[in-house]
Amino acid sequence: MSEPTEEAATPLPEVAPGEVLLEVNDLKKHFPLTQGIVFKRTVGHVRAVDGVNLSLRRGETLGLVGESGCGKSTVSKLLVALEKPTSGEILYKGRDVAKMGGRALKQYRREVQIIFQDPYASLNPRMTVGDIVAEGWSVHADIAPRKGRLKRTQDLMERVGLNPDFVNRYPHQFSGGQRQRIGIARALALQPEIIVCDEPVSALDVSVQAQVVNLLEDLQDDFGLSYLFIAHDLSVVRHISDRVAVMYLGSVVEEGTDAQVYTAASHPYTQALLSSVPVHEPHLRGLKERILLQGDVPSPANPPSGCRFRTRCWKAQDICATEAPALIDRGQGHPSACHFAEARQVVPVESEG
Amino acid sequence: MSTASTSLPSGPARAGTGPLLEVQDLRVRFRTGSGLVNAVNGVSYTVSEGETLAILGESGSGKSVSAQAIMGILDMPPAEITSGRIVFEGRDLLTVPAEEQRKVRGPGISMIFQDALSSLNPVYSVGFQIGEMFRAHRGMSRKDAKKRAVELMDRVRIPAAAQRVNDYPHQFSGGMRQRVMIAMAIALDPRVLIADEPTTALDVTVQAQVMDLLKDLQRDTGMGLVLITHDLGVVNEVADNVAVMYAGRIVERGTVDDVFSNPAHPYTEGLMSSIPQVEAKGGRLLPIGGQPPNLAHIPSGCPFHPRCPKRRIGADALPGRHCAEDVPPLRLVVPGREAACHYSEEVLGV
Repeated sequence: MSEPTEEAATPLPEVAPGEVLLEVNDLKKHFPLTQGIVFKRTVGHVRAVDGVNLSLRRGETLGLVGESGCGKSTVSKLLVALEKPTSGEILYKGRDVAKMGGRALKQYRREVQIIFQDPYASLNPRMTVGDIVAEGWSVHADIAPRKGRLKRTQDLMERVGLNPDFVNRYPHQFSGGQRQRIGIARALALQPEIIVCDEPVSALDVSVQAQVVNLLEDLQDDFGLSYLFIAHDLSVVRHISDRVAVMYLGSVVEEGTDAQVYTAASHPYTQALLSSVPVHEPHLRGLKERILLQGDVPSPANPPSGCRFRTRCWKAQDICATEAPALIDRGQGHPSACHFAEARQVVPVESEG
Repeated sequence: MSTASTSLPSGPARAGTGPLLEVQDLRVRFRTGSGLVNAVNGVSYTVSEGETLAILGESGSGKSVSAQAIMGILDMPPAEITSGRIVFEGRDLLTVPAEEQRKVRGPGISMIFQDALSSLNPVYSVGFQIGEMFRAHRGMSRKDAKKRAVELMDRVRIPAAAQRVNDYPHQFSGGMRQRVMIAMAIALDPRVLIADEPTTALDVTVQAQVMDLLKDLQRDTGMGLVLITHDLGVVNEVADNVAVMYAGRIVERGTVDDVFSNPAHPYTEGLMSSIPQVEAKGGRLLPIGGQPPNLAHIPSGCPFHPRCPKRRIGADALPGRHCAEDVPPLRLVVPGREAACHYSEEVLGV
């Protein structure tokens, strides 16, 4: 299995809706820290991603939340093969991406697309919108015959809510929300299965954010897309996701359906995170439990032993320093990586009617 | 939440001492290569002792520019203040000479910014930068100023302040840097603190710590707090009163409870329905259509009318209340609530 075999070159199979499309097992990415100018010595590693397990089914949205530095963006780069994992495997349609070669890898790269956070920096300012959207076809020529490309570009622009007459305009002539739509059209052009959305609405104004969220939902319904939706905004993630995984310092600490994670959070970090989110409704103000965490996130270059969260956790005991808790169900109905996991309602529930 | 439950309508000061800071009909425009950009178009508000006033708006709504005008830190040119008064301690800051302005503003009004890293000088220790306040305005020696800096760092809950006073900004985390900024801002016991998106760059758990700190400091000192933000959740949890800005104007003003439970302006209503909530899954989001306006070409009439679902144009409009032609003034709609919409009563349902 070390070099691309016959199997690696064959195209990838179809996956039915609801079946597992992408599976991530014990994924790790360590960036070396070096010292010295001519002779670079490695003095340590930043454990940006340190043992992440995820699975994404066809047609579903998996939300990945966490604070800055928790490794969620590194996960997105690993998934679209922009970075090579240090260890662990990414299985796509049952096949290990690291062992793919040739046609299969090309197909993987086409089928797993990404939308970035910053719609200003992720579009080439010297290319027209039409060229940006169509650029992928120069590699994956089989997707769009050369003849009808302009028409297809314009169809795509229309589909994401852009005026097709603007095909010859440049990115600076568009607003932030419109640029994000260009990024979405570019991803759609290659008929992907999965779109990794790395903070796609974080840079947008509130009123525009909802437009893009709605567009992503519509596209999912129309094309049967699967999303890995990475964001730090817990409200947006709850809105769009079927399942949610919470990351802290390089690993997933809790995972479940949106209802499980938001109404029965069982990891102390998830509870603290949820309790910090300001609520928008005046009548819910003050009903929420406040859990104020002490201190800052430790450096991923030198993470605490045992449980990563123990340095800020109010439940921490001796076992937390010696034994890293596994991400397993501890009687809450969903996996939680805490020795003392206990479901707790942190966010007040909006009473219906 | 103790401050929020005792909130009063905007206007009269709760302490009975009159407003600390009063902004009247402020107008700011920028001369740019592509024409005149009208960033602030007639904004008026007051801040009283112990009050937290939130200025809520999206990017380009003029919320930061109006604050920069108060602080006297606008780059002029390209900016120019074309009209308005900024009254602090009985004096119009826009008419007093520059040297005098510094003496008034320096100890009286201070400001913290969104990006703490670029607001701090990287080549001086944080202790030196906090102490600068005391050296410049109180004429203290370096040694005394540093002592006061340590006290302040303690007060903003920076752990091990005495050891960290000689550290440089890059050695602090984002949340700690924002605390350093807050320490500088409260050094001279200001009467008014303007916080321009103080927690936008921070993670939610750190945001909660910093907002808690600001509220505690306000309770201790009774300063007025102007909180500039785009985050409706932060406004709801921290502020007493809110002024919603759109295209350089205030479009709605009132207590947070009133405005958020029953908006009187379609823009506020649109904002409320376009945000997902953490406490419920909810159905489809109802966004505001279109894009925020270009400030070089603000739409005629009500600046929100091209995006407004409740606009009345043509034969629908009442005389003198044509959304595309007549600019709606900010008027009292119900007691304690002002809105700049011709049809606020319908929006409110009164």
